[in-house]
Amino acid sequence: MHPAPSVIIFTVLSGLGFGLLFFLCAGVVRPFGLDAFLVWGFAYALAIIGLAASTFHLGQPMRAWRAFTQWRTSWLSREAWASVASLLMSAPLALAAIFGGALPVFFEMVAAAMCLLTIFATSMIYTQIAAVPRWNFWTTPALFIVFALTGGAILSGLTFLSLILCGTLAAVLWVSFKLGDGRFAARGATMGSATGLGGLGAVRQFAPAHTGSNYLLREMIHVVGRKHSQRLRVLSILCAAVLPALVFLVLPLGIGAIAIALCLHVIGAFAARWLFFAEAEHVVGLYYGQR
Amino acid sequence: MTQLPAKTEKKLGLVIDLDTCVGCHACVTACKGWNTANYGAPLSDQDAYGADPSGTFLNRVHSYEVQPEAAPAQIINFPRSCLHCEDAPCVTVCPTGASYKRSEDGIVLVNEDACIGCGLCAWACPYGARELDQAAGVMKKCTLCVDRIYNDNLPEEDREPACVRTCPTNARHFGDLGDPDSAVSKLVKERGGFDLMPELGTRPVNKYLPPRPKDKPAEVSVLAPLLDIETKGFAGWLDRLLEKL
Repeated sequence: MHPAPSVIIFTVLSGLGFGLLFFLCAGVVRPFGLDAFLVWGFAYALAIIGLAASTFHLGQPMRAWRAFTQWRTSWLSREAWASVASLLMSAPLALAAIFGGALPVFFEMVAAAMCLLTIFATSMIYTQIAAVPRWNFWTTPALFIVFALTGGAILSGLTFLSLILCGTLAAVLWVSFKLGDGRFAARGATMGSATGLGGLGAVRQFAPAHTGSNYLLREMIHVVGRKHSQRLRVLSILCAAVLPALVFLVLPLGIGAIAIALCLHVIGAFAARWLFFAEAEHVVGLYYGQR
Repeated sequence: MTQLPAKTEKKLGLVIDLDTCVGCHACVTACKGWNTANYGAPLSDQDAYGADPSGTFLNRVHSYEVQPEAAPAQIINFPRSCLHCEDAPCVTVCPTGASYKRSEDGIVLVNEDACIGCGLCAWACPYGARELDQAAGVMKKCTLCVDRIYNDNLPEEDREPACVRTCPTNARHFGDLGDPDSAVSKLVKERGGFDLMPELGTRPVNKYLPPRPKDKPAEVSVLAPLLDIETKGFAGWLDRLLEKL
């Protein structure tokens, strides 16, 4: 799949933003006054910049409001609802933290759950695609949720939780790479089944349907740049999980340590998300003799 | 709505005969022509006369080589377009309701006025049947020529999809695959029509007919060139003479 910058920025930043909002809503960290304004503001900025980036992927961005209509079947529509609901429910909690005041714990928990639900809905946009076997697997929601929680914990300066989540993230990343490699074969789609000719004998492409490029080749059959995937896998696990954990272990907790850990984590997150798209193979490639 | 209808009254679709398709691409051209001049956003081309031409097509013809174990290799031309699946994954993923399956005849269509061009339906389709038009920014797909098949302004023989109407070898057939007595259903039964990628669970309406087995060439020993063939008559005399020289 084509690793479009708009969807990579969307999933990384909104994941990070809703991950931080989750810890803020749940009251795991409780900044007050100016601190609260900066921290809640940062979470909102990440989430909103991410959501705005997703509209750059659209052919008709002015009609984006229509994406709210099909929540009964479409995960993209559910994601739209969940993200708006999370941002709206977080608002009174943010105001209470900045100006003083308190809301019932029940409300805090519902708002926090809504943030998690948003991240889950984002992951399901990709997980539901059976034609991309690597995505169509439990590792996709696991990866999105653990990424968001790890980023949120680092931003919240929660040392112990960050260490546990960094360890979990490294494991989930490794498992998603390893199991992901076997997913296409496990789906069972081959050039033989795609053309229905496999029963006759070995099928190979004789002549392509067109000599120029097209939307399918650009969007679904992106093979450029996979040659560095092994190095990027190591880089993503190191930067997203291992190094931030080391920073928290070595440096004294403070704005400096959080900033360094966050920068490393975000670099790793972008590398991992680039791989998430670039390594995903769509079954339509079988018609073109490519994956 | 992007909810799939529980049942459609008809299952209109195509039956494509891989035995008779000669790969002339007339269906590709007829489709592009009709769907550019008629319903919906035209099928645009980018850099059509330049170094890197590309464009939107709703039908593409691939060519494959099949090598059976004990028979000569075969070339098979393979038209690929929307299969109007009964469990169409492109419909349910649509966030706006632009993508829908009609309950009356099962045709999968896009309401171009509601499409936001997110491309998710094209991702969901295993068959590459949908292409996002780069000029219009909306998703394009086979409409089964919905503006031809019900069009009373056309002569009756033209009320079928443009690809079917134009096919010079009658490799494409159009009809109701939900009616077991229809000509297309009988054809599928007779010739053993099959689904593409059944393992994806999309239950395509369109069916493909397999190529018929080809004749085998007369059995000739693979050692023929090495056999010592005895020559007779004039050739034999010449053979002996030349050897003596």
